[in-house]
Amino acid sequence: MAGQCKKIMYLHRRAPYGTVYAQEGLEVVLIGAAFDQDVCMAFVDDGVYQLKAGQDTSAVGMKNFSPAWRALGDYDVTRLYVERESLDERGLREEDLMPLRYEDENDDWAEKSSIVIVDRKEIGRLIDAQDVVFNF
Amino acid sequence: MKIGLLVNEGPYQHQAADSAYRFACAALAKGHEIFRVFFYHDGVNNGTRLMTPPQDDRHIQQRWSELARTHGVDLVLCVAAAQRRGICDPDEAKRNAKDADNIAPGFRISGLGQLVEAAIECDRLVTFGD
Repeated sequence: MAGQCKKIMYLHRRAPYGTVYAQEGLEVVLIGAAFDQDVCMAFVDDGVYQLKAGQDTSAVGMKNFSPAWRALGDYDVTRLYVERESLDERGLREEDLMPLRYEDENDDWAEKSSIVIVDRKEIGRLIDAQDVVFNF
Repeated sequence: MKIGLLVNEGPYQHQAADSAYRFACAALAKGHEIFRVFFYHDGVNNGTRLMTPPQDDRHIQQRWSELARTHGVDLVLCVAAAQRRGICDPDEAKRNAKDADNIAPGFRISGLGQLVEAAIECDRLVTFGD
């Protein structure tokens, strides 16, 4: 395994609390970060709700795991592609999402947004470019 | 080809466990290597030896255990997912002060690193679930 660097995408498609896939999917991303691969994430369909700002789970008695998304930058997971059509279909805009940022070591540690809004066609192209797609 | 499998759904509830098993058998018959089967989400429920299906139905756990015994296939249950769902081996039972364990023969409990390692090591990672 030494020296192998694969292109890995974590594709999140589901709403954050209706099922456990989003939460357990995030756990794979955080563990996977230790393996030093070429990692990105993509959020499509109801998966875009996972990044919504101001999540409050107190009424449903479930753990609000959304603060963990802010740690991704420290784990070198800095490319989070969000599908524009999925946002539009749900009446969401980029401003409705959590501001997730990272420090770019190749640009004098300038702070940049991890979130990149792309259209459906581009998501397809990105999926096609991966060696591995984890689907949660 | 070196192949890793990811099973994300529970037995009997969902076709994923059956499809993954049949895929593994077919791949082995064609001479491929099954590097590992990783069970995640409700998939960890494939690894309890307490499952007791009716006698005229397939026994999903015994099928997996037999595959491990005859072909040495590495069957791994995610520890965090297993803990949530009450699947434990003797070590986990002791650590968490439980009065019993329920892991089936041929299965082992380990971390998510085993899944990521399979994704990196294998020529293909095939996911079974929705």
